[in-house]
Amino acid sequence: MIMKELSILYPVFVPFATAIVCLIAWRNPRFQGWLTIAGMGTMLFFAFSLFQEASTGEIIVLQSGGWIAPYGITLAADIFSSVMVMLTAFIGFIVAFYSVPYIDPGRKSFGFWPLYNFLIFGVSGAFIAGDIFNLYVWFEIMLISSFVLLVLGGKKSQLEGAVKYVTLNFLSSAIFLAGIGILYSLTGTLNFADVALRVQQVEEKGLVTLASMFFLVSFGIKAAIFPLFFWLPASYHTPPVAVAAVFAGLLTKVGVYSLIRAFTLIFILDINYTHSVIMFISAFTMTVGVIGAAVQYDFRRVLSFHSVSQIGYMVMGLAIFTPLAIAGALFYMIHHSIVKTSLFLVSGVVRHLRGSFKLKYIGGIYRDFPWLAFLFLIPALSLAGLPPFSGFWAKFILVKAGIEADLIWLVLISLAVGLLTLFSMTKIWNEVFWTNEPEKHNDPESFSGSPGPLWMMILPVAIMVAATVLMGIFIAPFFEVVMNAAEQLMNRDLYIQTILNMR
Amino acid sequence: MELLLAILTGALYSAAFYMMLRRSLVKLMIGLVLLGHASNLLIFTLGRLSKYNPPVIPSDVEVMTGIFSDPVPQALILTAIVIGFGIQTFAIVLIKRVYQETGSDDLDKLISTDIPESSK
Repeated sequence: MIMKELSILYPVFVPFATAIVCLIAWRNPRFQGWLTIAGMGTMLFFAFSLFQEASTGEIIVLQSGGWIAPYGITLAADIFSSVMVMLTAFIGFIVAFYSVPYIDPGRKSFGFWPLYNFLIFGVSGAFIAGDIFNLYVWFEIMLISSFVLLVLGGKKSQLEGAVKYVTLNFLSSAIFLAGIGILYSLTGTLNFADVALRVQQVEEKGLVTLASMFFLVSFGIKAAIFPLFFWLPASYHTPPVAVAAVFAGLLTKVGVYSLIRAFTLIFILDINYTHSVIMFISAFTMTVGVIGAAVQYDFRRVLSFHSVSQIGYMVMGLAIFTPLAIAGALFYMIHHSIVKTSLFLVSGVVRHLRGSFKLKYIGGIYRDFPWLAFLFLIPALSLAGLPPFSGFWAKFILVKAGIEADLIWLVLISLAVGLLTLFSMTKIWNEVFWTNEPEKHNDPESFSGSPGPLWMMILPVAIMVAATVLMGIFIAPFFEVVMNAAEQLMNRDLYIQTILNMR
Repeated sequence: MELLLAILTGALYSAAFYMMLRRSLVKLMIGLVLLGHASNLLIFTLGRLSKYNPPVIPSDVEVMTGIFSDPVPQALILTAIVIGFGIQTFAIVLIKRVYQETGSDDLDKLISTDIPESSK
């Protein structure tokens, strides 16, 4: 029994341990890099075994220090959590591999690897937190690592982006704290399960809705939903691609995860109000993000704006609030992490080959490197939602759930946004892969100096691309997992009882 | 006492947002610091103010008796202060570096990451 409970701790402990060892081996970045890859591989293994235990439908709970549920700090993993931890480990492993050649020696010798490990530590911890304040602490671990990763290198654009990123994320944390304070004064507890139980007995239901809005705004800033997303396109394109890929793949997902957790478990007393608000937000997020991407002419900026648009789909699943829709949102999160990370990584490879991110300075990739064109084309089409890739199923599940819930307008918006996504991807395709390479090349931020071997950058991308193809072709087992996870999320009594009835 | 703290919290929040909406980087920083304090004070006030005993169990008894104040909000604030302190320290160094790099502390001039590139 004891082994089972501890299995929740291993995947989180591994990046923490590697981070500490990396700090000790400060002077040896090369060792740190390989240690990180090994650590992420180990984490992936533990995350998979955690997933295997959670996928039986039993929620794995660790009461730290043996303190019974509402008094101590609870760590809990249901299917949703364990899938997200596994996804974190997977993305962490892939990008760590990519970082070895891509990140320059200067950044590596100033602590890139320990920070990277701490970031993964914070992200995976947030997914297993069973306590609101504990979630706040994981958020901060993640945020502080991401702050430093964002400014590491100290270029002007990085610093400017960081001002916006740090300010809005600090604001989000302050609002989160205020929400925790309000919720604590209403319920007298911080444990998710206990809060969910006691929030039903609160007499002033309006105050609970008020508290829910604090959480909506705070998690909304982290998830980058409309109208709180402005920090994302202002900062995500400034750090090196490997960092941006992890940010885009994982950090916004933590915000979405927290939104889904809070608005399926705790704030379900006034669904007509809260989930309608979320629904309008999701429609605006989808539309604004994709239109914002249409005017951008920098590879990474197009991708950043698309992240915003795609967050709208995940939030749409939460807003429709049926098991199928939640399953769609979960599947979308997994699909988007993989696809967006691989697109960012492709942009890094293109920069390595052509020396720029700006669409006007690059071209002719298809003629010179046709295989790279396919590595871009597959995730791009998957992002737009074309079969047989994972993006098609992600959109299909959401659209089906939307039609079943009689929300035709929302479905139409989501389909139109899919078309516009295809437009943006076509723009990149034309400019980067089909046009001739421009002769003059005077990009002021031009890239010089060679990163490591090319195959170490291509292989991670190829694995990610294979993942989106496989997820599209063999949809059944994946769908079964997200459907089970969604049903578990909607069955909140199970979660509450499992956590509170321990021992 | 609650009323006084409520007014103080409100004043801190409004001062924080006013400062954050100014154009100067330093004032933005001061705004962030005040915002952190405001949130901490809000938790403190919402955690019920009381004049009762500290929540310490005497060594000769098993359980706590009488009315005692709730230690949880204080623990939360303590954690939040420490975390806020770390982030504020980082932010101060950040604005110094931004000032060195751009030669300006005007937020409206830091727009190079926001404007889209021209097409051709």
